Amino acid sequence: MGELRLMKGNEAIAEAAIRAGCDGYFGYPITPQSEVMEYLMAEKPFERTGMVVLQAESETASINMLYGGAGTGKMVLTSSSSPGISLMQEGISYLAGAELPALIVNIVRGGPGLGTIQPSQADYFQAVKGGGHGDYKMIVLAPASVQEMCDHVKLGFDKAFEYRTPVMILSDGAIGQMMEKVVLFDQIPRRTDEEVIKQCPWASNGRPKTRNHNIITSLDLDPAGQERVNLKLQEKYRQIERNEVLYEEIQCEDAEYLFVAFGLSARICQKATDLARAKGIRVGLFRPITLFPFPAMEVSNVGNRVKGILVVEMNAGQMIEDVKLSVGCKVKIEHFGRFGGIIPSPDEVVKALEQKIIGG
Amino acid sequence: MTEEIIIAGFGGQGVLSMGKILAYSGVMQNKEVSWMPSYGPEMRGGTANVTVIISDERISSPILNSFDTAIILNQQSMDKFEKTVKPGGLLIFDPNGLTRLPERKDINIYSIEAADEAGKRGLSKIFNMIVLGGFLKLKPLVAPEYIHKGLEKSLPARHHALIPENEKAIAIGKELLTAIHLVN
Repeated sequence: MGELRLMKGNEAIAEAAIRAGCDGYFGYPITPQSEVMEYLMAEKPFERTGMVVLQAESETASINMLYGGAGTGKMVLTSSSSPGISLMQEGISYLAGAELPALIVNIVRGGPGLGTIQPSQADYFQAVKGGGHGDYKMIVLAPASVQEMCDHVKLGFDKAFEYRTPVMILSDGAIGQMMEKVVLFDQIPRRTDEEVIKQCPWASNGRPKTRNHNIITSLDLDPAGQERVNLKLQEKYRQIERNEVLYEEIQCEDAEYLFVAFGLSARICQKATDLARAKGIRVGLFRPITLFPFPAMEVSNVGNRVKGILVVEMNAGQMIEDVKLSVGCKVKIEHFGRFGGIIPSPDEVVKALEQKIIGG
Repeated sequence: MTEEIIIAGFGGQGVLSMGKILAYSGVMQNKEVSWMPSYGPEMRGGTANVTVIISDERISSPILNSFDTAIILNQQSMDKFEKTVKPGGLLIFDPNGLTRLPERKDINIYSIEAADEAGKRGLSKIFNMIVLGGFLKLKPLVAPEYIHKGLEKSLPARHHALIPENEKAIAIGKELLTAIHLVN
């Protein structure tokens, strides 16, 4: 078993990045994710593993540093919170277009605009539907615990390199700020230059005489060429949809009603499930862990066995669209949300289930 | 066993670190724990609170609106959290600076004059450990040896010389409770 610690979610992200063998972190401070860089600065990973940590001059700079690092095959990470992630959207689209592996962490806060520093899930659409331009997707992971914050860093880097794609961890201020027990995985050594070249034959990291130039770009002015790029990307996304879906079912076997929720909302719904069952309401919880690829078939299988579904999100109704597309229209599906940094309580969720689904 | 606790007071009273020491002690005793602080504008206004959950099972919501125990160290927190204690639950408060005493009749209420005692003994910096001692007397969730380990884990190494003093404060707190209202 790995090392056991009590850590904040943000700290777990940072420690997991060092241990995953990350080569570089580029970021700019913003509440509620500042502990990621604070932890890295205090930990001095350059002395532990040779990992570079750099405070960029802005989020726009961070994401372009990520592009540069990823283009050389390095394992790179940035983190920010909602307004900062909005500034990065152009760069994320470029990363997707140039098929570069990179990990981006969004510790979501309430919006729109500067909004608030309190937790929110209002960036679901931005993360899952493509906040930047063009037909692209990212793998989007939604951790619901500090342990998953740690584990998803490792998973995110693995999938980023496997598919040559940006990966996002979509979390929120509460999971970033809260402390829980976490079992840290053992240090994985950073790859040597030879290992990077072997793993990333496409990378632009110095041309040996044995091959042509590797060019990292998202530009192809020939429409036929650009269509080929798009078709290749779409094939990759279909492959990700077939192979990378992750989800969790809690007390779904005998459920008459269903909560669907991700991240922090899923934790609240888990408590609400216990409260409702104590009142004799047989409700279960379906938790998507990957938001792209969305567990469409899986939620449909469970969703079509129940009398009604309540989608609980800390936003005005975003993932509910994917739930409706997946489950279809035979089952009643309603949304319950709080926004702007308000976290719904488990009691409120039970009441919403009673009013909107059971009584409605 | 699951114990859901809110600790609330002014910033600087050691509310968050009391929660952290309790949570870390729980970890050392192989419990599941969560520690969820207020970090928003309310904290910037001077009040601080933390929700600590210690359980034998996987913890569901880290955010709650009712608690088994409320540990209350200022008037604003009394106004906000007295009503959130579950019926039959526990409220511990330090009367120092309070203008209104708790009024609930369906919960167990104890006062602990920790600020006063800490001042007398020159232990103001670890006043929070006196309060923690009071709590642990009433709810011995974590054994003393694990509290010791929790202190070791949550205090930076340069402060480890202060662990005996912290433990002394916890012992003082255990003797300082006054029952104000008891159900049954």
